[in-house]
Amino acid sequence: MTDRLLDYDEALATFDPVLGLEVHVELNTASKMFCGCANVFGGEPNTRTCPVCLGLPGSLPVVNAKAIESAIRVGLALNCTIAPWCRFARKNYFYPDMTKDFQTSQYDEPIAYDGWVDLELDGETYRIEIERAHMEEDAGKLTHAGASGRIGDAEYSLVDYNRAGTPLIEIVTRPITGTGAKAPQVAKAYVAFLRELMLSLGVSDVRMEQGSLRCDANISLRPSSTSPLGLRTETKNVNSLRSIEAALAYEIRRQAAVLSSGGRVTQETRHWHEEGYTTPGRSKEQAEDYRYFPEPDLVPVAPSAAWVEELRATLPELPGIRAARLQAEWGFTDAELQDVVNAGALDLIEATVAAGATPAAARKWWLTELARRANEAGIELAELAITPAQVAAVQALVDAGTVNDKLARQVIDGVLAGEGEPAAVVASRGLVVVSDDGALSAAVDAVIAANPDVAAKIRDGKLQAAGALIGAVMKDLRGQADAARVRELILERLA
Amino acid sequence: MSLLRTSAADLAGVIASGEVSAREVTQAHLDQIQAVDGSVKAFLHVDAEGALAAADAVDARRAAGEALSPLAGVPLAMKDIFTITGMPTTCGSRILEGWSPPYSSTIAEKLRAAGVVVLGKTNMDEFAMGSSTENSGFFTTHNPWDNDRVPGGSGGGSAASLAAFEAPLAIGTDTGGSIRQPASVTGTVGVKPTYGGTSRYGVVAMASSLDTPGPCARTVLDAALLHSVIAGHDPRDSTSIDAPVPDVVGAARAADVTGMRIGVVKELGGEGYQPGVEQRFSEALAVLESLGAEIVEVSCPSFEYALAAYYLIMPSEVSSNLARFDAMRYGLRVGDDGVNSTEEVMNLTRGAGFGAEAKRRIILGTYALSSGYYDAYYGSAQKVRTLIKRDFDAAFARTDVLVSPSTPTTAFRIGERTADPLAMYKADLCTIPSNLAGNCGISVPCGLSPDDGLPVGFQVMAPVMADDRLYRVAAALEAELTKRWGGTLLDHLADSPSGAYLGVGSMR
Repeated sequence: MTDRLLDYDEALATFDPVLGLEVHVELNTASKMFCGCANVFGGEPNTRTCPVCLGLPGSLPVVNAKAIESAIRVGLALNCTIAPWCRFARKNYFYPDMTKDFQTSQYDEPIAYDGWVDLELDGETYRIEIERAHMEEDAGKLTHAGASGRIGDAEYSLVDYNRAGTPLIEIVTRPITGTGAKAPQVAKAYVAFLRELMLSLGVSDVRMEQGSLRCDANISLRPSSTSPLGLRTETKNVNSLRSIEAALAYEIRRQAAVLSSGGRVTQETRHWHEEGYTTPGRSKEQAEDYRYFPEPDLVPVAPSAAWVEELRATLPELPGIRAARLQAEWGFTDAELQDVVNAGALDLIEATVAAGATPAAARKWWLTELARRANEAGIELAELAITPAQVAAVQALVDAGTVNDKLARQVIDGVLAGEGEPAAVVASRGLVVVSDDGALSAAVDAVIAANPDVAAKIRDGKLQAAGALIGAVMKDLRGQADAARVRELILERLA
Repeated sequence: MSLLRTSAADLAGVIASGEVSAREVTQAHLDQIQAVDGSVKAFLHVDAEGALAAADAVDARRAAGEALSPLAGVPLAMKDIFTITGMPTTCGSRILEGWSPPYSSTIAEKLRAAGVVVLGKTNMDEFAMGSSTENSGFFTTHNPWDNDRVPGGSGGGSAASLAAFEAPLAIGTDTGGSIRQPASVTGTVGVKPTYGGTSRYGVVAMASSLDTPGPCARTVLDAALLHSVIAGHDPRDSTSIDAPVPDVVGAARAADVTGMRIGVVKELGGEGYQPGVEQRFSEALAVLESLGAEIVEVSCPSFEYALAAYYLIMPSEVSSNLARFDAMRYGLRVGDDGVNSTEEVMNLTRGAGFGAEAKRRIILGTYALSSGYYDAYYGSAQKVRTLIKRDFDAAFARTDVLVSPSTPTTAFRIGERTADPLAMYKADLCTIPSNLAGNCGISVPCGLSPDDGLPVGFQVMAPVMADDRLYRVAAALEAELTKRWGGTLLDHLADSPSGAYLGVGSMR
């Protein structure tokens, strides 16, 4: 990429960043927003469609009551006011992924507005003000055949309307100021918080990689915290928590370079690339006129105060409060807790601890070994074929000295491969640590005899050479030995 | 007996008794279409095979001793704006030419379930935009009373099919008068039910907050029977009213106005109204008074702004509703040469597929909704709409129904108003207020204008979900006038020399 970038610290020394985040959450209702089609990710293209979500002439929408309930619960959890009366609106624009060439959304009458959330980050509290949370429908999915994958130079484009009409909630913040150099982390922490919140409310699967949680990250720079807001960019296609942080850091550096050289930031949509840069999309200099007006095919939504209170009573312990409680119980540092939250592992670790593991051990397994495997498989931690109870059982085997860490990883392999409970895997794979000193001693003696040069070095005091012999012994014993004990035996003999 | 000139109510009776088969009735109407539609041009599509099969199914049910619903076996002409499987739906537009919907409208389902025989789809102004059928993308329908005159619009095809004895029943949609105004100028009966009283599901939208499907017939009772078949709550239409259908059939049979207070709307008359129309209207008032109704004058001052408000709200909704005709999924596609972009194909298709009036309204509506103009146009129009509702509320607080001419003039000549959209729009002056307020209205014939010998319509308007009052008043007027005339207006037409081309004169 050819963007000039300013050093991050220099950028922040010169400019004050202001954030604005728009998060789209796909609701996990059984049916779509305005019709009875199944609301499920993927599927054979254009099989989950009907006259309504295909926008066929004459068809009419009917609001999914469950989606309204979810929207109200989200609004309440975000400390919003719930509108006693609101309407849907049509957002008019032509695009082939829109079956009606308008999106049924909400405009000046959102279901929830004026909320806030407090985020803890490195001991600081950041209040994020929520301007609104409104309901809308998702569009279909376009696949462009061509070198760039963009519609402009595509040879042809394919459209799948299975996603058309999926219920969405869009949560929009007010401009977030005062975050300074922490702006990208605050943004990431906010989205991680929303992710946890949606999970605890049970209203969405919030899988960023499947697009069921999508974030548009707005950022602008200004000379100081008292200056008027600068021109902003809106970065799209930020499909992971890591990307949010990286994309915003990139935009800060890029905008700072533009401004420092006397240039002007173009108000535009930008596209994030996982390789680590953004490219310009649609220019917003001439803002598109969506000609919003109240959707005449739908009647107003008027949730009664009694219903809203009923829904308030169903709210679970909210993530911030719960996370703080668990952090105290587990003795995690802020950074450790943050990692857990960001990985979506709070529930898993809680269950693993409940099954008998120490919090530290539970965290270690889920955030290292298991996180790596989930990452490799491209799935969520919770989708791994291992339960918290099984993870606790693996740790119990380690604590009892039955297996070492290395063998424990093989036990996990076995469980994930469907070979049964951890104890069964240990038995069937013969993974028990050799603790019989006789067998160990024989192996050690054999290795010393086979490596006289190395043995001589150790005798001369070069203890670091012992590693090679330990490795050889472990290899002979197929790893089923306690490496610390092997070391002791080697040093005893060569003292 | 002439099967063509028998009412739907009586046809259903003779079919149910076995005196005549549904097939014979259907065949007679198909023959009449064959004979006269070359000059009337009411139909865009005739489904002879499907109609006969539906008629046979009714005959089979009767033979099996099953109870038949009240209109079983009676033929019907369907405005080409209702989706129904097995037939094309074009809305009178080239942009939808060849589209066969994969689903049926709620009303089509109800009609089929009731054993009503759908003969085919009738002509209309493109997407229901017009008062003459001259905006049809295919051809203009002619008024059976005078081949050189329009049959009204947008539902001119449905109204003309009734007046030409091609069908005893028809259905239409009324957004600003598209059922009542054609009924008025063809000497037939047309009803705009209460908004939400009939389902819009499967009715291609012109202006969603105004569109109201309704019955068309040659008699008030036939309209009531059809009304009771097609009305009722539909969970697939959010704006549908969840309440029992008013007893329209009972009201039409009662035909009694004794003690009713009838309000004459001062603003719907005077300048711009044809003298012959006003004369027949006044005579009809005298008839109602003679039947025991009390006639009072009421003022609805906001009606003056109804046309202006309508021509902001309706095009705004049109501009959005007609966006989906973009060549991507169905209908016409122009310029897809592998070089043009998606936007260019959309532009070329819409340019070629829509007629001038559709384009005019799309442009008007797009402008009215634009940022910076929204409050002045769409916003103000909605306020006027509220004022019109209040005028109705105040008027209905002291009357049972309101009345006016259905349209200011009789049928105008083909081509007479095509160059002057405003003159065309004024045909809906009397009918638009009820669309804006969402209440109900009927047009029933009240004579031939002495100045040109063409039919005049009498409009009755009633409050929301008081549709039965329309039928009560219209049926009383119809009964008395028919008695005085010695037959209906259409009987006279069929018997007159000019009726010869309808092919029914000889069938007495």
